[in-house]
Amino acid sequence: MVEKTPLLDLFTYLFLILGIFIVGFPIIYSLIAATLPLEEVSKVPMPLVPGNQFMVNMTEAWTRGDLATQIFNSIVMATGITVGKITVSMIGAFSIVYFDYRFRAVAFASVFCTLMLPVEVRILPTYEMAANVLGPLQPVWEYLHMNDFLSWFSGHDIDISLNWSLLDSYTGLTLPLIASATCTFLFRQFFLTVPEELCEAAKMDGASPMTFFRKILFPLSKTNIAALVVIEFVYGYNQYLWPLLVTTNPKMTTAVIGLQNLIPMADDLPEWNVALGGALLVMLPPVLVVLLMQRWFVKGLIEKEK
Amino acid sequence: MIKRAFFKSKFLPYLLILPQIVITLTFFYWPALQGIIQSTLLSDPFGRQSKFVWFYNYIALFTDPLYLKSIFTTLVFSLAVAAVSLFFGLFIATMANRALQATAVVRTMLIWPYAVAPAISGIMWLFLLHPSYGVVALGIKKWFGVNWNPVLNGTDAMVMIIMASAWKQISYNFVFFMAGLQAIPKSLIEAAAMDGASPFRRFVTITLPLLSPTFFFLSVMNIIYSFFETFGIIHTITQGGPGGATNILVYKVYQDGFVGLNLGSSAAQSVVLMSLIILITALQFKFVEKKVQYTG
Repeated sequence: MVEKTPLLDLFTYLFLILGIFIVGFPIIYSLIAATLPLEEVSKVPMPLVPGNQFMVNMTEAWTRGDLATQIFNSIVMATGITVGKITVSMIGAFSIVYFDYRFRAVAFASVFCTLMLPVEVRILPTYEMAANVLGPLQPVWEYLHMNDFLSWFSGHDIDISLNWSLLDSYTGLTLPLIASATCTFLFRQFFLTVPEELCEAAKMDGASPMTFFRKILFPLSKTNIAALVVIEFVYGYNQYLWPLLVTTNPKMTTAVIGLQNLIPMADDLPEWNVALGGALLVMLPPVLVVLLMQRWFVKGLIEKEK
Repeated sequence: MIKRAFFKSKFLPYLLILPQIVITLTFFYWPALQGIIQSTLLSDPFGRQSKFVWFYNYIALFTDPLYLKSIFTTLVFSLAVAAVSLFFGLFIATMANRALQATAVVRTMLIWPYAVAPAISGIMWLFLLHPSYGVVALGIKKWFGVNWNPVLNGTDAMVMIIMASAWKQISYNFVFFMAGLQAIPKSLIEAAAMDGASPFRRFVTITLPLLSPTFFFLSVMNIIYSFFETFGIIHTITQGGPGGATNILVYKVYQDGFVGLNLGSSAAQSVVLMSLIILITALQFKFVEKKVQYTG
């Protein structure tokens, strides 16, 4: 810093270590608990020396919680949301920034209005929507007398009701969460900073819009994409309310929700070692993503909220 | 805004924006509209019959002591979460900013709770604060001499979900405060130091005012976080109990709609939440404009 303050520096480091300890404590403690046998973990206070039951507890959590299936589901969902969100919003922003057409402003405004409107505030109707995506089209179908028309056309009695349910499917887990005004907005802001000359030069060389997008805009956006990948992966993996609603089949549940089955209730054996072992396993994928891609993550987090 | 150089094409731009529009219409606008319509209807739990009742659901809502209690609970909860996590985030970021050699290491060690799902944070804190096994609970009992029991006592349960929610949010606040601190020009601090201002004085008169935009932004984000994303914590560890002590608004929407099957009331609650978040967002945008003027 500016002046020499040895005493203050000492306190700085002391407090910093204390802070890191407080933030890390739940994890350290859970890690220790996950290595202990049942008798040890239910002692009060729990011993702070790690035991040798780590693998046993982990295996138990892995099989009892069916974590293989659930973590797989979570990763599929997180990847689906990440890829879908980034693709949809990137081409959407490309359309808004690089083309001039009649409904451009309307399109942008209608997407922009959904900024910050989380799925939590409209759960029930969105759930009904997911239960039958074609529901809103049913009145149109009936209005057009399509059933009569088809009956007449084929000579048989036909009664079609439009029904396409997204419940208990990967599509249902990902699709409703893909629409994101934030990502579109971010890409729009970024595209606006791309020098005009690049597009002019590309046009002069006779590049089509998609060539320009593929060869120039996409490579330029790589760091932005990397940053968003981290944030959206964590977002998707940690979703709670939506997967809780759309999945009823235990084979389709995501890991974060499935974990609840491992928590010991009042009458159960207090197998906290297994529960916490499971919790550690489940949190591993997003934590690894954040730590390994830390540089992009910090950049992305701050850019996204600007 | 549009680029000076742009492409002309008849179908391509529509094709490119189509996925976004279709998803937004299907999963935002249509459900929002349905929600508003449903909030004016009174229907039986099986959804077979419904009757148009004007604002009955809203009136019933705001005269329902349980709902008013839930509003109060949410306010206490979100303010506490914001205050605790902002304080810790700022404190650690200030310290980390002073420890210049160790900044990168410290950042790595503080950043990862961001990736932990709220529900998992809830499980870990439930164990730490468990009335019979929790080590932190033991400490509380010993030092404060209270009969700590978040399973039976509403206040204790509230403290538990505040801790679990604030803990996870510290790293988020830390990242933003850190970025804010590093953006403060060194020359300002140095000039103040030459005028004889102590480190603490410099923090209060220079750093804090310059951090105020970050501070405001983070307050909004933390409140939104505690309003909505903490659903996972509550659903895993308290389920709104004991006795509705942790039944925050978003959890009540879920309970009334999916467990109680009171569709009209749940929809009305959704609309209230929706209006609330639109208000917060509008407020924030107004402020962001000010911030732009402030920095020039």
